[in-house]
Amino acid sequence: MNIIYALILFPLAAAIVIFFVRNDSIRNAVVKVSAFVVAVLTLCVFAWYFQNGISFTPANGEIIDIVIMVIEVLVAAYLIIAGLKNKKYIVSVFSVIQTTLILWFELTGKQGIEVENSIIFDKLTAIMVLIAGVIGSLICLYAVGYMKWYHKQHKNYKERKYFFLAVLFLFLSAMFGLVLSNDLTWLYFCWEITTLCSYLLIGYTKTEEAKNNSFLALAINLGGGIAFAAAIVFIGINFKTLELSDLIAMKRSATVLIPVFLLSVAALTKSAQFPFSSWLLGAMVAPTPSSALLHSATMVKAGVYLIIRLAPLLGLSTVGIIVTTIGCITFLICSLIAISQTDAKKILAYSTLANLGLIVICASVGTQESIWAAILLVIFHAVSKSLLFLSVGSIEHQIGSRSVEDMDILLHVSRRLSLYMIIGMAGMFLAPFGMLISKWVAMKAFIDSNHILAVIVIAYGSAATLFYWTKWMGKLVSNANVKKQRKHTFFAEEEIPIFIHTVLVVLSCFGFPLISKYALVPFLTDLYGADAIIPIGTSDVKIMIVMLGMLLIIPIGFIPIYKQDKRRIVPIYMAGENTGDNETFYGGNGEKRKVELRNWYLESYFGTKRFSFWCNVISICVLCVGVIVLIGGFAK
Amino acid sequence: MFTFILRIIGIIILAPLAGGMLTGMDRVITARMQGRQGPPVLQPFYDVLKLLQKEPIEVNLMHRFYVYIALIFVIFTTVIMLTGGDILLAIFALTLGSIFFVLGGYASNSPYSLVGSERELLQMMAYEPMVLLTGIGLYYADNSFFIKDIVSAQAPAILSLPGIFLGLLFILTFKLRKSPFDLSMCHHGHQEIVQGITTEYSGRDLAVIEITHWYETVIALTLVFVFFATKAPVSYVFAVLACLLAYFLEIVIDNGFARVKWQLALDSSWIITGVLGTVNLIILSFFR
Repeated sequence: MNIIYALILFPLAAAIVIFFVRNDSIRNAVVKVSAFVVAVLTLCVFAWYFQNGISFTPANGEIIDIVIMVIEVLVAAYLIIAGLKNKKYIVSVFSVIQTTLILWFELTGKQGIEVENSIIFDKLTAIMVLIAGVIGSLICLYAVGYMKWYHKQHKNYKERKYFFLAVLFLFLSAMFGLVLSNDLTWLYFCWEITTLCSYLLIGYTKTEEAKNNSFLALAINLGGGIAFAAAIVFIGINFKTLELSDLIAMKRSATVLIPVFLLSVAALTKSAQFPFSSWLLGAMVAPTPSSALLHSATMVKAGVYLIIRLAPLLGLSTVGIIVTTIGCITFLICSLIAISQTDAKKILAYSTLANLGLIVICASVGTQESIWAAILLVIFHAVSKSLLFLSVGSIEHQIGSRSVEDMDILLHVSRRLSLYMIIGMAGMFLAPFGMLISKWVAMKAFIDSNHILAVIVIAYGSAATLFYWTKWMGKLVSNANVKKQRKHTFFAEEEIPIFIHTVLVVLSCFGFPLISKYALVPFLTDLYGADAIIPIGTSDVKIMIVMLGMLLIIPIGFIPIYKQDKRRIVPIYMAGENTGDNETFYGGNGEKRKVELRNWYLESYFGTKRFSFWCNVISICVLCVGVIVLIGGFAK
Repeated sequence: MFTFILRIIGIIILAPLAGGMLTGMDRVITARMQGRQGPPVLQPFYDVLKLLQKEPIEVNLMHRFYVYIALIFVIFTTVIMLTGGDILLAIFALTLGSIFFVLGGYASNSPYSLVGSERELLQMMAYEPMVLLTGIGLYYADNSFFIKDIVSAQAPAILSLPGIFLGLLFILTFKLRKSPFDLSMCHHGHQEIVQGITTEYSGRDLAVIEITHWYETVIALTLVFVFFATKAPVSYVFAVLACLLAYFLEIVIDNGFARVKWQLALDSSWIITGVLGTVNLIILSFFR
């Protein structure tokens, strides 16, 4: 019995058990233990196979195929009925199309195709498994604490914790399967399960909004699923293979690029790039742990994972250029739109979209350097974004709001939470933290491969990124006055995962040279057959580690000064009209008026309205051009 | 190793002296343009010395912390640049310093500082693309991000990057806090938001901000310098002349234009960056 089976099957078993346990405290215990076991299993698999990797086909592959087919039909039936019941016919139609397509292929075309390696575990898989396993299990642990108060704050939602927690584990199982499968039909199956899980999680609260958004997510992802199914059929019939590794090893040609394009479209829907981005923004209605899971460790990462896999076939090919363009549009526009948002979760969502866009650009540029950047972006983004989501979830609990404007009192409510939050944000955009390192290499890679558009886009996008994160950080450090301090319990189940995330953010920055040396360089060398080198020079790495050290040490040096400080504290300046409490000033008639400080959101400049329509139109046009070029056989 | 440390210490001490002298010259030239006698050249140093002796006054315990960190990172940037380090890394370190400065404005929780901070952030957003493109353009022209390689190239970078250089000159107005782009704080006492981001700072903290600005002046002019320096030692003379000329140009602009609204500041710099930077890079990519 292979430990990899345990990795896939254990979360599945956990999900089933959790679903049937209806006692709160027992279920919480089960979830905690399961999360711990998943993390341990992940680390075991990682330690076991990281060095040499493994590829094999399960002995009873045919039985698995049949089981998969049965489950696919059941899921399809469930979705078709759900679509009909809720009058979302498009969902039913999509589901019918892709299931028929796949069933027809499984029963006719697939005969005679031998799959040599259904499961491949290489360095990239190792990284993805580690992300999904570690971050995913931490999120599951967090969900225990989060759900304790969620239904107290939202009394109008029906309580279905057992369902929520079970789906989280199902999601992890599907994600493991997805990154481990090399057999495209299995990959497709896991792909569809993640779609199903995201639908179930988004619709958790069963409000009208949640229902609509969950069906939107379902429709878009099923649409991507059709492209995936079509790609499988095409590959199976034309190349007589069903292995992803075989497809990647092929030479670029007009025929090969057709399935590559279809798979890329599927990946773009999953990663919520323009014009498919609306579902991820709608997904915000779900409880925060599910957002964290969708945004960091699973779902959207599945999309970029597939693009990274396909990277050698993209590059300067027609499909590569199309995917790069879509990534550029998404990165730039979402970075700009994020400026105009006040809702913390919305900002995080737009930032996810933008970063995924960046990863898509890096992957589709397809040079060794750019893929190096793409994989590091995946790692750093997963850790930081998950930390931010979890923190925002707890902040909502503590201050009863998730508007950035209300977070100026956070320093009084919970100092630790503000610190975690600030570190998470620093991880997203500041030197010398992870995302910036990758962005830096990305810039170098784009210029080396003459992608001027991508270079320009990254310059503007980074400037916008800096604006929206810093003004949010500003709110967190602004130390506003609060008369009445609200205190809520900050559950250990919430704080422990957040704390571990914070440590991971910092560690990953210190550790990126190691990740690069032991994982990325061997992976890229294997993939391209040429020796890969670390794109950042050692002298720079040293300077950055010094910077990171300074950032960690300087604040400590400042603490004791306050204790014995004899500085005079005066009221803040309000043109001489401060009443003395720093909260009010004397107005024109001598009455006291409250001071309100708000951030800039520049809505007339960066509002959603101004951009979304045209961006969708442009990106649809880009995709159409792709379709025309491929059908016409001009692709190269 | 020992000489290297001496060099770093030299940079840390001499850079603000040079920056302070430049500021002093700026004040004399500005005064002459306005038909005044103006202060002595060393006036900025007298100002800072006086500020250092003043009683420390605060609005809260936290907000001065940020200006000190800002200073440390700006010094860090200066050292990276003047020892010939990686230009992009220097830009990132500088950005980090600027962000801490902005956070200081937020931390005082005062209306005027907050508006100043927002404006400062907006300015950063306006000039950041051009700064990044400058680094990238230099890499494109000389195949290295290291300033020591760029300044020992065969031909000066300006020959292949005239567009980028003009764009850089444009956004230097932001970096040097000169009108028309001195929205967040300015050296002349005539701003609608009092002293903007520095409103709540006094005494030693204000002195630190002033010194930070001296370092920043040196950093800004170093960016000009690398466009002109080549392997030939004589080029350094031209490069220094170019720096002084650029600084003089900024002083003229400072005196010739009124402060603009943020919309115009953002639009103009983004458009100029887009046009000059993009065109320059595209043309370069054809010759590569």
